[in-house]
Amino acid sequence: MAKEKEKTTYSTGAALLLESLVNQGVEIIFGYPGGAVLPIYDALLNTSIRHVLPRHEQTAVHAADAYARVSGEVGVCLATSGPGATNLVTGIATAYMDSVPIVVLTGQVPTSLLGTDSFQEVDIAGITLPITKHSYIVKDPRDIPRIVKEAFHIASTGRPGPVLIDLPKNVLAEENVVPKPAELDLPSYKFFTKGNAGQIEEAVRVIKESERPVLYAGGGVITAEASEVLQEVVEITNIPVVTTLMGIGSMPSDHPNVLGMVGMHGTVAANHAVNDCDLLIAVGVRFDDRVTSGLGQRFATNAKIIHIDVDPAEIGKVVRAHVPIVGSAKLVLEEIKENLTPPKCEEWWTRIRTWIEEKPQEDPNILTPQAIIKELGNIAKDDAIVTTDVGQHQMWAAQGYPVKNPRHFITSAGLGTMGFGLPAAIGAQIAAPDKQVFLVTGDGSFQMSIQELATTVQCDLPVKIILMNNGVLGMVRQLQKLFLDERYSQIQLKDNPDFIKVAEAYGIKGIRVTEVSQIRQALEDAINHPGPILLDFIISEDEVVTPMVPPGKKLTEMLGR
Amino acid sequence: MQHTLVVLVENNPGVLTRVAGLFARRAYNISSLTVCQTENPAISRMTIVVDGDDTVIEQVMKQLHKLVVVHKVLDLTEETVVERELALVRVKVKSDTRLEILQIVDVFRGRVVDMGRTNLTVELTGDAEKIDAFVRTIRPFGLMELVRTGKIAMTRLDS
Repeated sequence: MAKEKEKTTYSTGAALLLESLVNQGVEIIFGYPGGAVLPIYDALLNTSIRHVLPRHEQTAVHAADAYARVSGEVGVCLATSGPGATNLVTGIATAYMDSVPIVVLTGQVPTSLLGTDSFQEVDIAGITLPITKHSYIVKDPRDIPRIVKEAFHIASTGRPGPVLIDLPKNVLAEENVVPKPAELDLPSYKFFTKGNAGQIEEAVRVIKESERPVLYAGGGVITAEASEVLQEVVEITNIPVVTTLMGIGSMPSDHPNVLGMVGMHGTVAANHAVNDCDLLIAVGVRFDDRVTSGLGQRFATNAKIIHIDVDPAEIGKVVRAHVPIVGSAKLVLEEIKENLTPPKCEEWWTRIRTWIEEKPQEDPNILTPQAIIKELGNIAKDDAIVTTDVGQHQMWAAQGYPVKNPRHFITSAGLGTMGFGLPAAIGAQIAAPDKQVFLVTGDGSFQMSIQELATTVQCDLPVKIILMNNGVLGMVRQLQKLFLDERYSQIQLKDNPDFIKVAEAYGIKGIRVTEVSQIRQALEDAINHPGPILLDFIISEDEVVTPMVPPGKKLTEMLGR
Repeated sequence: MQHTLVVLVENNPGVLTRVAGLFARRAYNISSLTVCQTENPAISRMTIVVDGDDTVIEQVMKQLHKLVVVHKVLDLTEETVVERELALVRVKVKSDTRLEILQIVDVFRGRVVDMGRTNLTVELTGDAEKIDAFVRTIRPFGLMELVRTGKIAMTRLDS
């Protein structure tokens, strides 16, 4: 973070805002201009901050979100009042559900017009109340440095999340503002870091006594930068690990202790292991219904549960924890590691190995999504970043792509936001300009953000787009196929455009792939191509994501295994 | 079971919305809520009576704690407390019932704050049960209007 500069006068509230952002180390803003934020855009011309202009405000917030997920820094986005602000709502909710630190700046009508239903006026602080960690409406420009500092502090500490700052136009435009000191004034804001020593001792004891332990790792491990210590704990104890969708990358996927993802589309081994374990060490997870099948009380019923989470409200929310530990995953695991005695779990591993089965041999002549993901995993660099949209392709990527590092698999997990993928690829590529960035998307999701192809060109971002094109809304079709007697309703995307021509219209190269034998060459061409590129893989609409735990069933009651 | 929570919050605009909104979206039931500034003008004190089992109350308290504007959350249910509610009750009177009503008001240690030819208004403080009992007793005479503040509460200290 940049060293804070002391200055006494600034020309305008907007200039003071940007100066305060620079003081927080902000280098980039994803934003879209409009009437209420004119003073900010004017002041931007005089700063070092880079601004990325997408084609829709929703992209600005998703890109800021992905930027934060990849870099570990706070992402910043900006939109004007009214519709600009409401277009951010889905993105704010996405970041909130996945605990991503972003600061959202919105323009607002002048304070004199507040509450009068004036042009482009909306109560965005009110609208986003349930999906922000905190929010501010700035009434006095002199408060801007303090509010910005507090917003970054709140967004990035404890359980991270979005913080919104609503900025009335007159506050931004006010001249000769003499700021008040930028000191945190948050007497009631607390967050936990170290875990309770007694509970940590108890955790060490139950780990030692367990015979069938499983470690269940989630996004909290990645957020807390706890991957390294997690791997050490796993290697000392030889405990098997399952991850959530958010936890992908918390351990290298090819690590021998990793059983894969747990839950609705989890692996056979992970789901059986969790169901049969006698100790579940839950780290940075919230027992989401996509993991527990909505059955908190029937989940891992034979197990004692150690629940480590930075948010006290997550502990006891869905399942009762026998050893609750509130604290940062990193600090808690480090302390547990100190006194760790490995359990004896050789027999347990013998049992687990019977569940680790090779996937049934696919027909090698068919262009399957699994074949695409597998080849992508073979050819991409170890530090490549994969972003996804939401749907079948997301699950195929989550199941099959070999993620090696934390912050390298970027997906909308909690909210499940279609249209997240391309904006996320933009944010990821900007956060990591030297890394390969692949977007795995579907034809449904892709068309929710397709206009952002223009942004990749304008910003010269060499994003590689892997489009799994089946001409249907595949995940919905799968649900209708399995649970609604194949009564297909509104899932046909019959009149899809020619995506290659669409890409070309934006000045982006496109390659269509229809044969399994073309996969390798197409991916190599994509990687060797210096700019953004779209690979249009034509796959069958009958492909399904398996295994699948039907809603309300136990983890072991998987279909299609 | 009903729990009495005391929530100390920042005395700022929008704080009540944050607290009330939390209850609404997490589907917790508020039976009553009172809020006013405390001895420290920067702090408001909310007394919230919530319906729910222990798990629900634990979640309510933890979620309240997460709000940046919340300083402190206390559950007074298991504590020895002084609790009071204030009610204003307007009742119909006739010449032949006036005396009896005044006697009842006296028994409940109420105070007549307004008196007309056909009605009178009583001010009453006490716990919720006392006010309930008064209302039940007075109702047959013709209850015209009733307003209650909801509970406020404070723990007892050793004297």
